[in-house]
Amino acid sequence: MVQIRTDRGSDRASAATGAQRRPAVPRVGRERPNSGNFELYSWYFFRISGLLLILLAITHVVIMHVVNTVDEIDFDFVADRWSSPFWRSFDWLMLVLALLHGLNGARIAIDDYVRPRGWRIFAYSVLWSVAIIFLIIGSIAIVTFNPAAAVGR
Amino acid sequence: MQVHLRIQRYNPEVDAKPYFAEYDVEVEPTDRVLDALNLVKWYHDGTLTYRRSCAHGVCGSDAMRINGRNRLACKLLIRDVGTNITIEPLIGFRIIRDLVVDMEPFFEAYKSVLPFLINDDPAPVGERLQSPEDRQRFDDTTKCILCACCTSSCPITWTNDEFVGPAAIVNAHRFIYDSRDQAAAERLAILNQKSGVWRCRTVFNCTEACPRGIQVTRAIEEVKRSLLTGDVS
Repeated sequence: MVQIRTDRGSDRASAATGAQRRPAVPRVGRERPNSGNFELYSWYFFRISGLLLILLAITHVVIMHVVNTVDEIDFDFVADRWSSPFWRSFDWLMLVLALLHGLNGARIAIDDYVRPRGWRIFAYSVLWSVAIIFLIIGSIAIVTFNPAAAVGR
Repeated sequence: MQVHLRIQRYNPEVDAKPYFAEYDVEVEPTDRVLDALNLVKWYHDGTLTYRRSCAHGVCGSDAMRINGRNRLACKLLIRDVGTNITIEPLIGFRIIRDLVVDMEPFFEAYKSVLPFLINDDPAPVGERLQSPEDRQRFDDTTKCILCACCTSSCPITWTNDEFVGPAAIVNAHRFIYDSRDQAAAERLAILNQKSGVWRCRTVFNCTEACPRGIQVTRAIEEVKRSLLTGDVS
């Protein structure tokens, strides 16, 4: 339930108090909400992750393709970069945000366009499986990467 | 000047599916699209069916899809649409006949947001007064005439019949930010559902379609922001 701050005058009782005084029976229309704030936080996550991704992705492109060229990027380059916890965290944050931002968008598209119940369940299952698998694979790669243990080096 | 009208026709008792009928009528450039429709109905084909009441852009009855955009036929001048005019009923609604659609789901959504003043304080002897600044806060959304141009232009309402739609949110906005009203929390809770403001993708079709120039997307975003911050001032 949303808490409403009121700064209205004394002759105007706060919205929350007004709602409590009235009977709980809805006057007209649809059922009263009970779904919590998931959609609210999902929307807010979109905004914040979108802003962060602009910064992260542009920095990534500048480092990988402007400052350095593809000719210079090899195993040693990555190993050198990931020797710093900062760049590991940077890449991990980009992975998590990009994955969840994109999949949240796909979730909403499914909500809008996939109406049959069976197909919805199927689409959600695929979506969340992909999210979890890619998160795990990506996290393992970033966290456990150890150049010294690389085969053939 | 001569204009060529392509009008979508459908009589469920006779036709298997909607089809386009074509008419040529003589109008002035300063006539409105509604005048052209009237000419067809009065002199060419009396069975053509459409809604219109005040014919002056106030009642919101004659919203229709004109050359692919939702417009009021009584506000749109012939000179602004050219000589080839395609007229269809509002999409996303069930067609009753020709250009008349079933608006019942639209008004159900409208009613669901409690679009009336709720104030449980004893009624004052005179009016419930409000400062000009407090009135200004929701001035834009008082202009709505419930024509459904916005709701019918929204791609989400085309596929998702649970979405409350931009017009209902505009009318909730009109009371949420009214300093005399006490049910902002109730309305915000209704719009916080999955079928509420969160279906909006900020496509801006609603703002483009509104014949009253209401900044519909802005109003929807203000409601979202209030849901986040809890601030309805």
